[in-house]
Amino acid sequence: MSRLASGGRIDRSRPLSFRFNGTDYRGYAGDTLASALLANDVGVVAQGVTYGRPRGIFTAGVEEPNALVHVGNDTMLRATQVELVDGLEAVGLNGRGRLSLDSPSAVAGSPISPSPSGGGQGGGSDRYDKIYAHCEVLVIGGGRAGITAALDAAQTGDRVILVDEQAELGGRLLGAGWNDWLADSIAKLESAPDVRLLTRATAFGHYDQNLVLIAERLPSGGSLRQVRAKRVVLATGAHERPLIFANNDRPGIMLAGAARTYVNRYGIAPGKRAVIFTNNDSTDFVAADLKRAGITVEAIVDVRAGEAVVDTLAWQGGGLRGVMIAPLTGDGQRREVQCDLLCVSGGFNPTLHLFSQAQGRLRYEEGLACFVPDAAPPNVEVVGAAAGDLGGRGQGTIMPYWVVPSNGREWSTHFVDLERDVTVADVRRALRAGMRSVEHVKRFTTIGTGTDQGKTAGINETAIIAAQLGQPVGAVGVTTFRPPYVPVSFGLMAGRNRGDLFDPIRVTAIHPWHVANGAVFENVGQWKRPWYFPREGEEIEAAVLRECRAAREGVALMDASTLGKIDIQGPDASEFLNRIYTNAFDNLKVGFCRYGLMCTADGMVFDDGVVMHLEPDRWLATTTTGGAAAVLDWMEEWLQTAWPDLKVRLTSVTDHWSDVAVVGPRSRDVVRALFPGLDPSRESFPFMAIREGETGGIPVRLHRITFSGELAYELWTPSWYGLALWEAVMAVGQPLGITPYGTETMHVLRAEKGYIICGQETDGTVTPQDLGMSWIVSKKKAFIGQRSHRRTDAMRPDRKHLVGLLPVNGDVILPEGAQLILEPNGAAPAKMVGHVTSSYRSAALGHTFALAMLQSGRERVGTTVYAPLNGHAVAATVTDPIFYDKENVRRDS
Amino acid sequence: MLIPCPWCGDREDVEFKYGGSAQVAYPSDPASVDDATWARFVFFRPNPKGKMAERWVHTAGCRRWFNLVRDTVTHEITPP
Repeated sequence: MSRLASGGRIDRSRPLSFRFNGTDYRGYAGDTLASALLANDVGVVAQGVTYGRPRGIFTAGVEEPNALVHVGNDTMLRATQVELVDGLEAVGLNGRGRLSLDSPSAVAGSPISPSPSGGGQGGGSDRYDKIYAHCEVLVIGGGRAGITAALDAAQTGDRVILVDEQAELGGRLLGAGWNDWLADSIAKLESAPDVRLLTRATAFGHYDQNLVLIAERLPSGGSLRQVRAKRVVLATGAHERPLIFANNDRPGIMLAGAARTYVNRYGIAPGKRAVIFTNNDSTDFVAADLKRAGITVEAIVDVRAGEAVVDTLAWQGGGLRGVMIAPLTGDGQRREVQCDLLCVSGGFNPTLHLFSQAQGRLRYEEGLACFVPDAAPPNVEVVGAAAGDLGGRGQGTIMPYWVVPSNGREWSTHFVDLERDVTVADVRRALRAGMRSVEHVKRFTTIGTGTDQGKTAGINETAIIAAQLGQPVGAVGVTTFRPPYVPVSFGLMAGRNRGDLFDPIRVTAIHPWHVANGAVFENVGQWKRPWYFPREGEEIEAAVLRECRAAREGVALMDASTLGKIDIQGPDASEFLNRIYTNAFDNLKVGFCRYGLMCTADGMVFDDGVVMHLEPDRWLATTTTGGAAAVLDWMEEWLQTAWPDLKVRLTSVTDHWSDVAVVGPRSRDVVRALFPGLDPSRESFPFMAIREGETGGIPVRLHRITFSGELAYELWTPSWYGLALWEAVMAVGQPLGITPYGTETMHVLRAEKGYIICGQETDGTVTPQDLGMSWIVSKKKAFIGQRSHRRTDAMRPDRKHLVGLLPVNGDVILPEGAQLILEPNGAAPAKMVGHVTSSYRSAALGHTFALAMLQSGRERVGTTVYAPLNGHAVAATVTDPIFYDKENVRRDS
Repeated sequence: MLIPCPWCGDREDVEFKYGGSAQVAYPSDPASVDDATWARFVFFRPNPKGKMAERWVHTAGCRRWFNLVRDTVTHEITPP
C-alpha cells in the first residue's frame, strides 16, 4: 500500500471496496479510481493501443491519456475522474487488450458487469435529462480564478452559474492546501441568492452567442445542461505538458503536478524514490511536497541547468526502474539513477478549448512558452491560468524545451500522444511525406484524435513541427478545437427522446378500435395508420386481396382521419386558392368539393387534395397525410411574403375531424340506413357534393368523394365522435359484410384507377403534364409555377411520363424503385429510361400491375420495357395508367 | 444561434425555418419574362461571405415571416 498515514482530502473513516479488471481492492471516500489504484500499487493500468507497451496513470485529471475505463453503462471514462463508490466495478478499456500485473488473465474481453452504484445502474436504466437555463454570468472552472470571478459577479445580484468538472470546487487548490480560503469562498457563494454551483459538470461545448453545453454526472445517468449566458468567464485553468524523451511512456512516469496532487489531495505516495525532470520553477513545490510525504527525491534534472533525462529503464513488468541522465550537450557522461517515480514538467498550456470553440483566437507567448488568448469572442472573458497567468502554477522562469535528442537512436520510443501511441518518429515521417500544416500532421499521425483530444500532446506536436521546419512555434499554430471537450455519451445527447418518446406518435380517435381488431400498423409521418386488418392466420397478401374485393364488390370502410386539413377563411380565399392551385376555385359553388393540385415555383407537383367550399368565405383544404405541415407552411409563406394584401387566414384543423370513408357499390345502402332523412341518390347527392346529416346524435358532414374509384362517401365528424361514428357505420354495415381496410388496400385501389400519390409517383421533378394531368392546369388564371411549365426543359418530349406497366408474367410484382431499360440484353451500361413508382397485385385485374415514370412514356404505350432484377430482365408491357373503370361508371353510379 | 423574432424576441434557432435570400421579388408579370429571367428568379440566389439579407419564419412560435441581415461569417444579426 502506498497510502500515507495521514493527510489528503479523503475520508479515512469511510473505506470502500471496488473491483478493477476482476480484482478486488479497497480505497476511501474522496478517492478517484485512479488514486485508489495508485494507493493499491496498481502501476500498470493499460497497454498502448499500437505497440502494446504497459502504461500507468499519467495525470490526475481530465487530460488523462492512459487510464481509460468502462464503468456500468458508461465507457471512455478517465479513471482520474471516476469517483470511487462502494462496489464500483471498472474494466480497463480494451483497445487491443489490457494487462494487469497481478492477474494477467483478467484482460481482453473480460465481461463487463454493471456496477451496483457506480457510473450506472445497469440494464439501460440510467436516466438522462435535458435542462435549460439562462444567466447573466456563467463561470466555467471552479479553481481560484473561477471562484473569484463568481464572487465578483455575485456582488452585482446577477444570476450566476459556476460550473466545475470535479466533485468539489477548488481545482488546483485541492492539491495545494488552500483549504481555508476555499471553504470560506464556497460558503459565501452558497449563501448568495442567485448563484448556482454545479459540480461534476463538464462544460464541453461553447457555441454562438454563449450557448454552453454542460454534461453533468449523476449517480445513475446525468443531465445535459444547455446554458445561455450573457457573459461567459472562462476560468478553465491550464494543463501541464510533459517533456519528450526516449521511453517516456513507462508506468511510474507522470506529470509533476499530478504527483503533487496525489500526495496532497489523496494522501498517496505515488513512488518511494522520485526523480524530477523539469524546465520551469513549478517543480520546486513538487519536490518540497514529495519530501514532506517521505518520498526520497533522488535527483532534480533541470534543462535550465544543462541536464536532461535521456532514457528510462524498466522492470520486467514494465514499471520504472531508473532513468539515464546526461548533459544537454550530448557529449557528456551518462549516469543512471534508480527510481520508481519520474515527475515530468514541460510547462503549462492554458486550457483554451472552449475559448477556441467559441471562435477565440490564440497567439504564442514566447516568454511563457505557450499559447494564450488573443482576440476574445464577444462577451467572453478569460481569467487566471487560462489567460496566461501561470503564477498560480508556479511556472516562474521557463526554458522552452520540448524534445530530448535521442543520441543517434531511433525516435520510435519518444511518445508524443500516449493515447494514440504516436511518436516523434511518426511526426518526422509525416513531415518527410510533405505534410507542413499542423492539421495535416494531425491527420497523418492521428495525434490528438484520441478521446483525450491530445490534451497532453497537441502543443508538443506543434513544437516538434516547428523545430523540424525551422519555424517559430507561433507560426505553426494549433489544430482547430472542436466540441466535445470530453467524450459525451449518446444517452446524454438523447435524454428522454428515446423509445416511445423519440418522436411524437399521432393516433386517430378511431385508433382503439383498430388495435382491438387486430390491425397491423404502418408509420405515415408521425401517424400510426392501419396497414391491413388480417383475419386469423391471414398473411398481408390474402388480407389485401380480400379487402380490395370487399371495396370493389360490396362495401368497405377506412379511417382517413390523418388527411391534412387546413381551414381557410376570408373574403379573398377563392382568389388565394386560385393562385395556390393549378386549377380554378373561384367558380366552385358552396356545398361542393373539387380536387386540386399545387406546384412549386419551378412548376413541379408539390401536393394535392380535395378542397371543400363550406360557406361563401370559408373553405377547407385537405392535404396528403405526410404533407400537411409543409402545405400549411407553404400557404402561409405566400400569404405573408408575396400577397399580404389578400384577406385570408389559415388554421390547421387536421386533428379536429375524424374521416370515415365508406366505399363500394353497397355504400349507398349504408348511408341510407344511417341517415334516413337524407336522399343519397345519384340525382340529389351527386359526385363532389357535400351534405350535412346526423345519425344517433352524431353530427356528420358527408362528402361524395372517392379515392378508390368506387361509389364512396367520406363521413366527417368532430373527432370527439369519431369512434362512435365508426362503430355506427360498422353496425349498420354488418349485414352487408362491411370490411375495414388499411392503407395497403387504399394504395391498390387508387393505383388501379391511376390516382397518384404525391411523394410516391412524384419526387419534385414531375410536372402535372408529366402525369398526364394537363386537364387540371388552368390556362385562364395565374398560379404558382405556371411560368415554369413553359420552360424549354418542362416541354421536352423525352420527359418521364406516368404510365402503367403490366408484367408479362402476371404473378411477378415489380419492386417499387426498380429501374427500367429498353434492351434486355444490350451492352452495359444499360440506358435507364424510367422507374417503377407503385406496384401491387390486383384482385380486380387478376394479375399484378405497376405505375411507372417512363421517358416519352405515352409514346411507348404497347411496347415492352424491362426491369433488370437479380441478373435477369423482367418484361412488362407499357399501358395507360388507368387500369380500372376508365369511364368512371362505377364512381358516378 | 439566437434569432430575434420581431414578435417574440430572441429565440433559439431551432424554433425557426430558414427561408433563403430576401429581396428576391416575384416577377410582376411572369408570363412576359423570358426563360432566362424566369430561371434566374426560380433557381439563382446570392451566397455572399459576409452580410446577407435573409427570410426566416418562426415556425415553432408565432409562424410569422420576417427579414433580417445575418453575417454568414460571424452569425451577427442586424435589422434589415
